[in-house]
Amino acid sequence: MSSDTTRIDGKPEVVKEPSMLKQKEMIARNYEALTSAPETGRKVVSTFVPGNLNELVMCFDMLNNLPEINAIQNGLRKKSGAMIMDAEKRGHSEDVCTYVKADIGMMGKGNIAPNGKPLPPPDLLLLSYTGCFTFMKWFELLRHEYKCPTVMLHIPYQGDGRITPEMVKYVVKQLREEVIPAMEKVSGVKFDIDRLREYLRESAKAEDNLVWVLESAKNRPSPIDAYFGGVYYIGPIFTAFRGTKDATEYYEMLRGEIEERLRKGQHPITPEGEMEEERYRLVVEGPPNWTNFREFWKIFYEEGAVVVASTYTKVGGVYDLGFRHDPDKPLESLAEYCLGCYTNRNLPQRVDMLVQYIEEYQADGLLINSIKSCNSFSAGQLMMMREVEKRTGKPAAFIETDLVDPRYFSYANVKNRLESYFQMIDQKRRAAGAAA
Amino acid sequence: MSSAEIIRRCEALYEDLDFTAAREWKAAEPGRKVIGFMPIYVPREIIHAAGMLPLGIFGGGDQLEVIHGDAYYQSYICRIPRSTIELAITKRLDFVDGMLFPSICDVIRNLSGIFKMMFPEMYVRYFDVPQNYRDEIGGAYYVEELHELKRGLEALGGREITDEALRRSIALYNENRRLVRELYDLRAAEPWRVPTYEAYLLLRAGMVLPVEEHSEMLRAYMAAVREEERPMRDNVRIVLNGSFCEQPPLGLIKSIEMAGCYVVDDDYILVTRWLREDVPVEGDPIENLARAFLHHSVDTAAKYTEREEDKGRYLLEQIRRRGAEGVIFAAPSFCDPALLERPMLADRLKEHGVPYISFKYAENSGQMQPIREQAGTFADSIKLWGDTGS
Repeated sequence: MSSDTTRIDGKPEVVKEPSMLKQKEMIARNYEALTSAPETGRKVVSTFVPGNLNELVMCFDMLNNLPEINAIQNGLRKKSGAMIMDAEKRGHSEDVCTYVKADIGMMGKGNIAPNGKPLPPPDLLLLSYTGCFTFMKWFELLRHEYKCPTVMLHIPYQGDGRITPEMVKYVVKQLREEVIPAMEKVSGVKFDIDRLREYLRESAKAEDNLVWVLESAKNRPSPIDAYFGGVYYIGPIFTAFRGTKDATEYYEMLRGEIEERLRKGQHPITPEGEMEEERYRLVVEGPPNWTNFREFWKIFYEEGAVVVASTYTKVGGVYDLGFRHDPDKPLESLAEYCLGCYTNRNLPQRVDMLVQYIEEYQADGLLINSIKSCNSFSAGQLMMMREVEKRTGKPAAFIETDLVDPRYFSYANVKNRLESYFQMIDQKRRAAGAAA
Repeated sequence: MSSAEIIRRCEALYEDLDFTAAREWKAAEPGRKVIGFMPIYVPREIIHAAGMLPLGIFGGGDQLEVIHGDAYYQSYICRIPRSTIELAITKRLDFVDGMLFPSICDVIRNLSGIFKMMFPEMYVRYFDVPQNYRDEIGGAYYVEELHELKRGLEALGGREITDEALRRSIALYNENRRLVRELYDLRAAEPWRVPTYEAYLLLRAGMVLPVEEHSEMLRAYMAAVREEERPMRDNVRIVLNGSFCEQPPLGLIKSIEMAGCYVVDDDYILVTRWLREDVPVEGDPIENLARAFLHHSVDTAAKYTEREEDKGRYLLEQIRRRGAEGVIFAAPSFCDPALLERPMLADRLKEHGVPYISFKYAENSGQMQPIREQAGTFADSIKLWGDTGS
């Protein structure tokens, strides 16, 4: 398999595998399609990652724009800080979700996409959200600005840790009677359920390969990093590509590359090349910090810490526990997808998942990155940490950062905490060795 | 009984973090059960019809030192979940048989999971409500949610909740809601007669007393204050918005009036005013409760506003109906729903020329002086230059 070599930010040379190049090209093409929508006449739907209905959006020839992804892109490019401050100057509280403020601040700066061209205003706000109450207010705020049609898909929370038939019925009814009619009206395209089935069939293929890739971390050494690397692996399937041939090809290609890495006994690729040693295997709960993503990751790979499983990579769908989009029950399948996303699961379910990951992936412990402005993920994580420690006997650590607000990332604090944590793992190992 | 005596009783109930009144109610008859609930709305009628006491848990206020609660919640988060956990860990809720966590925000949602893990023997339920307000869609789902709650309480209480019992409970809560509306009307008409901190304490008493007793208390209070002479101040009339979940300390509630603002409408303790009209007692009681929720509930940040043109309509209506001259946005720190809602409501107020100010608090805020100064300046500016234009 051929590879490409690129220099990023003057850092050492980075090996880019074909799947990375393919993903880069897909994302660039999608942004190009979005920014050229005024010329092509294609309609743009803004929606959220968890609970996104990409297959349905494609049934209406519409394009999918994801404000969280724009906020992440701006975070990675160090642009979100100024955008957040602008939103605060316009009356938004310093206390609330920084994705929201980054998005509103981006609007104030002309909504410039990563390709340097302005994103068009949405033709439809599709308020399909799961596991986050704030999303609801976010789209009310966007509607307040754009004055465009908005359609809501309310996803009940799995308060009792299960999806009931009534929940599925409720979501399907909303799809049939609210969401699909609204999309038909905005797009002018009639809904064709067979077209949806085709996309769902394609989604399931990609989902199979994604699960294989994520589960490859059960090997020692792990050929992937399931958090820092994982955010790239979930990119296509969690965004505008699920259900496309492109996504299927991407995941086939990715699987092929990982198979090869496994055969060679290789470690994960980092921004500075391949990791040399696997000293710590961790499970991570919570989203990453985007404004200091590289620095954050570096603390891990410099210490030989690899993340073997993460919950963030389940925020747009929990496929490793068995869910697949199903063309034989298309609308029910979309409903079950939305209901099953990670943060729509209650805290005991989330603890069960973490415990399962620690055991199945033979992790040394749990790290929680608690996000200042994300209550959906973070509220209650200290309790989760205690439960996981109690049930696994493995050490856990807790750090606090933010999604896209650089004011809440303290490199020295995070590094100190992580170094102490790694020492704690070493001590535990020594103690276990002595006991044996 | 004088209004002062009634308010003294309310104050004692408010300050009693051991919930002695509810404990005594439970101990009075064997087999009685108590169901705690968080702000902002649960159908108390179903709990009452099960022969149980609905008990409002509104955090720990400013009298509770949070020691253990901080070990469960990270730093950037509101205070009510910490103090609620503190109440539970310090065994102040050890007599509570069940806890309901209404759909307010992500924090309260996750708190339901914490309670499930901490108290596996307790009946703990996240009480979800539809954000779709069509009878055949959100309504159908909500009816099932209410049945699920009913089944859960039947299993807990070991007895069926009959339609007849539900109708009786609906009638009692209708009466209670009418009395609360009357209290709010009286305060809006003659705010000097019903200081807000008294109205607030009366509503808080309703969170820990049986509804029958609370209705009696409301009647007695209103009869008393109508007879009493109270000085009328030259205050401006304001609507308070944003305090629907974590409650401000009593000192803050008092401070706003002391600074020269009569609160003529607010969103404190919404559960007592959630349904704006009587729930019909004829017909299927569960269906009736569901319809009342869908079509007659108040507007608050925890709900989705379906149409852009309806955003802020409820607040503007409160201003118009109560003859208010301005709005005070008072929200708890880190309260996502209230703080995200605020810019949209503020824009509506600007469009209608209604003056407003904003500040944040926590249930244990101690420094009232800055808030008093801000509210006082606001009141003065309305008196000097005010013209709401609404």
